[in-house]
Amino acid sequence: MSSDQISRDETLHIAHLARLAITDEEADLYSRQLSAVLAHARDIGALDIAGVEPTMHAVSMRNVMREDVVADSLDREEVLASAPSSEAGMFLVPRIVGEE
Amino acid sequence: MAIVDMTAREMASAVRNRELSATEVVEAHLSEISAHDREVAAFLLVLADEARHRARSIDEAIARGEEVGPLAGVPIAVKDNMTLRGVETTCASRILAGWRPPYTATVVQRVESAGAIVIGKTNLDEFAMGSSTENSGFFPTRNPIDLSRVPGGSSGGSAAAVAARFTPLALGSDTGGSIRQPASLCGVVGAKPTYGLVSRYGLIAFASSLDQIGPFARSVEDAAALLSVIASKDPMDSTSLGVGFDAAGIGEGVQGMRIGVVEEMLDGVSSGVASVLDSAIAALEAAGAAVERVSVPAARYGLSAYYLIAPAEASSNLARFDGVRYGLRVEGEDITETYLRTRERGFGAEVKRRIMLGTYALSAGYYDALYGKAQQVRTLIARDFAAAYEHFDALISPTSPTVAFRFGERSDPLSMYMSDVCTIPSNLAGHPGMSVPFGPAENGMPAGVQVLAPALREGVMFRVAMALEAAALEAAVPEWAKAAGSGGAA
Amino acid sequence: MSLEDKYLITVGLEVHCELRTSTKLFCGCANVFGSPPNTNICPVCLGLPGALPVLNRRAVEYAIAIGLALNCDIRRSVFARKNYFYPDMPKDFQISQYDEPICVEGYLELPVAGKRVGIVRAHIEEDTGKTTHVGSSGRIQGADFSLVDYNRSGIPLVEIVSAPDMESAEEAREYVSELRSILVATGATDGKMEEGSMRVDANVSVRRKGTEELGTRCEIKNLNSLRSLGRAIQYEARRQMEIVEEGGRVRQQTRHWNEDQGVTSSLRSKEEANDYRYFPEPDLVPLEPSSEMVELVRAELPVLPPARRAALSDLAGGKPNRSELEQIGTCIGLDLDGFVSSAAEAGLPFKLALSRAANELAALVGAGEALSPEAFVGVLKAEDSGRLSATQAKAVMARLAETGGTVEEAITALGFVGLTDDEVGSLVDRVTAEHPNEWGRYMAGENQLAGFFIGAAMKASGGKVNGRVFSALLAGKRESARS
Ligand SMILES: [Mg+2]
Ligand SMILES: [Zn+2]
Repeated sequence: MSSDQISRDETLHIAHLARLAITDEEADLYSRQLSAVLAHARDIGALDIAGVEPTMHAVSMRNVMREDVVADSLDREEVLASAPSSEAGMFLVPRIVGEE
Repeated sequence: MAIVDMTAREMASAVRNRELSATEVVEAHLSEISAHDREVAAFLLVLADEARHRARSIDEAIARGEEVGPLAGVPIAVKDNMTLRGVETTCASRILAGWRPPYTATVVQRVESAGAIVIGKTNLDEFAMGSSTENSGFFPTRNPIDLSRVPGGSSGGSAAAVAARFTPLALGSDTGGSIRQPASLCGVVGAKPTYGLVSRYGLIAFASSLDQIGPFARSVEDAAALLSVIASKDPMDSTSLGVGFDAAGIGEGVQGMRIGVVEEMLDGVSSGVASVLDSAIAALEAAGAAVERVSVPAARYGLSAYYLIAPAEASSNLARFDGVRYGLRVEGEDITETYLRTRERGFGAEVKRRIMLGTYALSAGYYDALYGKAQQVRTLIARDFAAAYEHFDALISPTSPTVAFRFGERSDPLSMYMSDVCTIPSNLAGHPGMSVPFGPAENGMPAGVQVLAPALREGVMFRVAMALEAAALEAAVPEWAKAAGSGGAA
Repeated sequence: MSLEDKYLITVGLEVHCELRTSTKLFCGCANVFGSPPNTNICPVCLGLPGALPVLNRRAVEYAIAIGLALNCDIRRSVFARKNYFYPDMPKDFQISQYDEPICVEGYLELPVAGKRVGIVRAHIEEDTGKTTHVGSSGRIQGADFSLVDYNRSGIPLVEIVSAPDMESAEEAREYVSELRSILVATGATDGKMEEGSMRVDANVSVRRKGTEELGTRCEIKNLNSLRSLGRAIQYEARRQMEIVEEGGRVRQQTRHWNEDQGVTSSLRSKEEANDYRYFPEPDLVPLEPSSEMVELVRAELPVLPPARRAALSDLAGGKPNRSELEQIGTCIGLDLDGFVSSAAEAGLPFKLALSRAANELAALVGAGEALSPEAFVGVLKAEDSGRLSATQAKAVMARLAETGGTVEEAITALGFVGLTDDEVGSLVDRVTAEHPNEWGRYMAGENQLAGFFIGAAMKASGGKVNGRVFSALLAGKRESARS
């Protein structure tokens, strides 16, 4: 398990990964709160459960597939009516800087 | 009896037999809402015109002698994290304010085709993250039994609406107890079905591997009737199990049943809640069940596992709220700044906290120690439940360690998270669980008993719930409803 | 000694190919190219809140077919979410397969280079939407705003990851072209690079000869033609060699190929620290193709290019040389190997059939024209027997492709009806009589003068004389004159 205390820098990095703008005060608050929750999770960190299969799904189904048959698409105007900004039948977004 | 005091089944049969019109049923509930929802604030949106219109067409269909569904004319409230085409759906988040989805959730389609009338969209903790409905992005919902207290959450609006007689039925969603805990706190019945029994298509995801839609009602039979309408195969949901739910036989009693009381769920329980559970045990024994304590050791780790898994999935599910395609956009210089500002403005503190926690739990270097390990704990919990079910038909516990608390009483997130300690393990295992009112406990506030059963054994769970209901002491009702009841409207 | 002589190049390729399904990977929207923007979208592929993915069976079958064609093991697989923010991705995560891909551990043979390239994995994933950058410069950097079309969002892709087994731009090109012909043959994709149905990312590194350790690699994104692929690798390798030569360090980067300027450039301003936070997609259950499903797909597979190449190589009798291998590759790529084998079965020389198929016939097919195998064999017979010259045979093929009809009709229409042997005999008599001097020297053994007489005969007959027949009769005349 990771160390209990999440640093402010780490908090800022996580906030950027999650695309959340946070102030320095918020960074401190989140560091404390996240650290507290993770400290609580120490109980499972201490469990020796190597070799136990993880449960990724609560159902044990496999191979759920649909047939390759065309279904209706949405009406573009109805969809674009919800868009913050659109032009020429497309969603308009502010310029994209070189970052993924 | 006043219309709003009737059960859903009574309303449906009165409408079918033309003793009441759907219009009368809807009007009775709309007037209750307009009289009291200012205080309760259960609804984000009341669909008065749409409900009246639907009621009229049901009345016309009945007049023409057409076949109508099992819930024809019965109002239903829908938690505002399920889509209804063209009707604003917000998840109680400012980031989705004004969004009108172009499609309808499968559950909503199913209740509508059963003849139920959607009367409004109910309040919730933003994106279903919370246990009090204080975290709504718009306003908190109050507990109709005591307006100074929370209704629980996250489906607080649906629980409060049913408790307040604004509707006999409501839909909620339960990721870690979000149906059962508010049902307990508001004194109504609430059930979380087996994962995969009810379609999630159109349910705005919080934690996809844990979320499940379920019914609220004021009677166990009503809850079962609603579940039998919404449980079905949905080709639009890959995790849909493809089985239904048949409510027949739920009244057969618990004679000869073996029922376990989960030891790990008794820690930190208030004295009032503990005595409610004791009287429930006595009632079940009196009804012929053998009740014993049982240990489900891994259940202790449920809370920790849940607060890694749910935020992790949520951090991914909520990434799409980015100001590009729908909802709020706070324009920045470029796309990244737009993302940052939109999400900072659009999400509330609890949502951000969980996104942060989940992002951390998934990030490189921590995955195995956090998310991966939490998923292993799920296996342990399922294994320990399976061992318990070798000896018991069903398990019981308190639904919530305490009765409804007052607003602002739990400001520390961790103490709020503790409210879900009894409900979380069944979400992790994918098993069904429900809360049946068996109060009151402290301060005259209701408290529920939680009934748990193995996957797809909803029938057994409802049987135990019916036995408890039959033995329940007085159900909690709001003051105004008591007054109306003694006034004796027919 | 040039830089290229001092360094070794290592190339690994990631090829994304679009599957030819009717619908998208996780929803029923049509998988078609060129619709008006945002007309093939639904709650699922638009990532609307509440929508859920359901896997397309056909896409899985195609992925299995690709795996089998590339000699992979077909395994239990799990879909995962790859989380990052980008406006062309409606959920801000991509559903892909991560640590448990459906196809693993295969290989592909490069026939010309004569080597085997490992296939590390092939996995199923969804495509993203398409972003158009609008602004004065037309480039991403400096664009005023962008427009997003989600028609492509959710189109099924298979990403095929090779081992870093290629050592030149040429090998990389051969890999892609061989891969393309195999994939097209399975029916899983149309392989149209220009429409984006096949997109290549190249990982390139260099190291000094004699060293073992691989150099730091750079990834060049979205190469959409074989030509760009070759040029980009050459440029990038040279760039890295120069850095190392000057004592610098190559930085691991994602780079973009600029076709017009012929250079690669860094895509991002800062060195990226990607953290995609992969985790299993909770909305989809694991995929465990049964052996029945795999065998059904195997049974449906056509004979694939490697086997077809082996069949043609057998006809060559002896190992084909490099140019023949390339011609065989061309024929298979265009589905023309059946023409070659028909001709060989009709007793025609293999080299002639291969050359006519890989050159003239390929050009006709490339231009959208067609020829029946019978017509092809007919023309070749006429050429082989000497009735038609090579030039005439090519013209007859072109005419047949254009207007149809029989070989005889085409020969007549083009006026290639040759002279009878008697008529050629008279021509021999005539030109030798007209040039007694040359005839004398020819009689004396100056064989090269045969060409002079052929030229003269061509002139006299207006090009109708068959050179081979004329030479034979000319030689015969000398024989009888000597005896
Ligand atoms: Mg990829
Ligand atoms: Zn779609």
